[in-house]
Amino acid sequence: MTMLKIENLHARVEGKEILKGLSLTVNAGEVHAIMGPNGAGKSTLGNVLAGREGYEVTAGSISYNGVDLLALAPEARAAAGVFLAFQYPVEIPGVNNTYFLRAALNAQRKQRGEKELDSMQFLKLVREKLKVMQISDELLHRAVNTGFSGGEKKRNEIFQMAVLEPQLAILDETDSGLDIDALKQVAQGVNTLRSPERAFLMITHYQRLLDYVVPDFVHVLADGCIVESGDKSLALKLEDHGYSGIGTSQPSGAAA
Amino acid sequence: MSEPATLPLVSSLLDAALPPSGLAWLDTARRENSQAFAAGGLPDTRVEAWKYTALRALGQRRFAKGDAAAQSRAVDASTLALPGIDGARLVFVNGVFRDDLSALESLPEGLTLQPLSQALQGDPEPLRFALSRHYRGAGDAFARINAANASDGVVLRVAAHAKIAVPVQLVFVGAAAETDLAWHGRNVVILGEGSSLSLVEQHAAASEQAHLATLVSDIELGERASLRHVVLQNAAVGASLIRRSSLRLQAHAQATMHVLELGGALVRHDLQVELAGNGSRLDTRGIFMPRSRQHIDTQLAIRHQALHTVSSSHWRGVANDRARGVFRGAILVAPGADGSDASLSNKNLLLSPGAEIDTKPELEIYADEVKAAHGATVGQLDPHSLFYLQSRGIPQAEARALLTAAFCRAVLDDLPDQPLREHLAALVLAHLPNT
Repeated sequence: MTMLKIENLHARVEGKEILKGLSLTVNAGEVHAIMGPNGAGKSTLGNVLAGREGYEVTAGSISYNGVDLLALAPEARAAAGVFLAFQYPVEIPGVNNTYFLRAALNAQRKQRGEKELDSMQFLKLVREKLKVMQISDELLHRAVNTGFSGGEKKRNEIFQMAVLEPQLAILDETDSGLDIDALKQVAQGVNTLRSPERAFLMITHYQRLLDYVVPDFVHVLADGCIVESGDKSLALKLEDHGYSGIGTSQPSGAAA
Repeated sequence: MSEPATLPLVSSLLDAALPPSGLAWLDTARRENSQAFAAGGLPDTRVEAWKYTALRALGQRRFAKGDAAAQSRAVDASTLALPGIDGARLVFVNGVFRDDLSALESLPEGLTLQPLSQALQGDPEPLRFALSRHYRGAGDAFARINAANASDGVVLRVAAHAKIAVPVQLVFVGAAAETDLAWHGRNVVILGEGSSLSLVEQHAAASEQAHLATLVSDIELGERASLRHVVLQNAAVGASLIRRSSLRLQAHAQATMHVLELGGALVRHDLQVELAGNGSRLDTRGIFMPRSRQHIDTQLAIRHQALHTVSSSHWRGVANDRARGVFRGAILVAPGADGSDASLSNKNLLLSPGAEIDTKPELEIYADEVKAAHGATVGQLDPHSLFYLQSRGIPQAEARALLTAAFCRAVLDDLPDQPLREHLAALVLAHLPNT
């Protein structure tokens, strides 16, 4: 079934038009890769989906599980199951990682009308996820992302995703700045979370991540529009020929 | 100074002169300070130390003298309790010592603790120096009237080498009365050589009445003495509270203060520290959080007067609504205080466009090989952090409170008493909107 339907999306940042008529359909269970050169609008798409302030949608629509996503506040989107793994996770000194995650999970549960977890229940959940994600619990006791290495920050994003169990996960250049071991670890985390109910939108500049997380669809984003769509072989083609030859085949926009 | 005796505040306080004490030196000191108060009146904002705190409105008010019925005012002792604090306790209600609320039995060895009113009836001679002071500065109006009118307070002594590990709790409560009252508390704390003391000073409210209190504390640390002092100011939202704490540290003495300013309508704290002995050290940490129409002013003045003295001060301010915070951190490294190390930072958050914080770090150095750092900032919550929390499902108001509490918490982190630290952190969070 259709989870996300983006139609003719136009968005501005600081008065400059970045997205210029982007359309994309994502079904539950699918993994979509969005690739493209710098400045194409990849991160803007992620930020518009998550509801960051300063990203102004001037035309088009985004329907998520039949609901107008653009009408929701960021926290309501999160509660509805949208998760953005940040390209640059924010350091928050003074807020303990565990405390933060529990506050986030319970805030989401509260908005969904579910019972909040007490600290014992939460701890049990966290331990399960740590085991599955193969992450040391040392990260939990520190302040959110504070003093974390680049790799630790990205792993922490994936760990948050594992605990919050979103329906639609958007990974904004989660692979950037990672060495090969960290990349494998992040990819393994994502693969663990793949399920028929969950969809992924992986925004990436390089094909490297796609060696480890095999996408169902690959889209090329250039100058604010999806100019080409295909299967994983498209990523390999890009790797060989770069972005210069793109846009020659018909953009399919609504994949699947 | 502007036409002193005409101000209602000044005349009402002067009307409250104390009866003769039976001690000639004390009556003289009271009379002279009273005369100085009458002559000097209240400082206006042209006096540097009062530049950001106007006393015009307070000057127009009248307060009744003391509280004759203080002994019978209802105060729920359980509201004064702090987690993990169950040692000696001295409680004052509307400025008057309350034996029934205090805990003075079985004091640890080496600790002397009694109300000033009793100490003066016993052997007053050791108090003579502290209580004979004359306040000569242009901004000293409240110290003057305190010296003239204070009839009670805390007298605390720690014998040389005694270690008082269980915190001593000093509580000043404002309780409901027939009219708005003024009272004045005078505290004298003396730590003998090599002794240590943990002290919790609390300002609490048993009603929202708009009383005026002044409190002057002299705290002396002998050589190698060590003091941990926590101040929790949670006075009534209508109250005016003017405090002056003067610390003097002899060689290798160490004092650590954590101050949390939450309550009061008009709050002023002058914290004056003399690092008088070689190698003495002061650490101050503080948070002030004015909201609605509160005005909270902290004036920190540290004098490095001896070799290799160290001071480190971290203060955070958070102002909301139409409130105003004032912070002045003045460090002076005197000639001869070579090798001293002084650092001071004051970071502030404004949570609403109508809020204001005036901060002024000052540094004067007259010695050699001094390390000094100071800085002050006023800003707003980081939008990136806010969005990060929201994107994880935390509603905006809650996210703002969480970030603000974290901002404040940074200065509580080195408070070793964990239950108390958590209690203060919880009070900070509860003081923020929408939690």
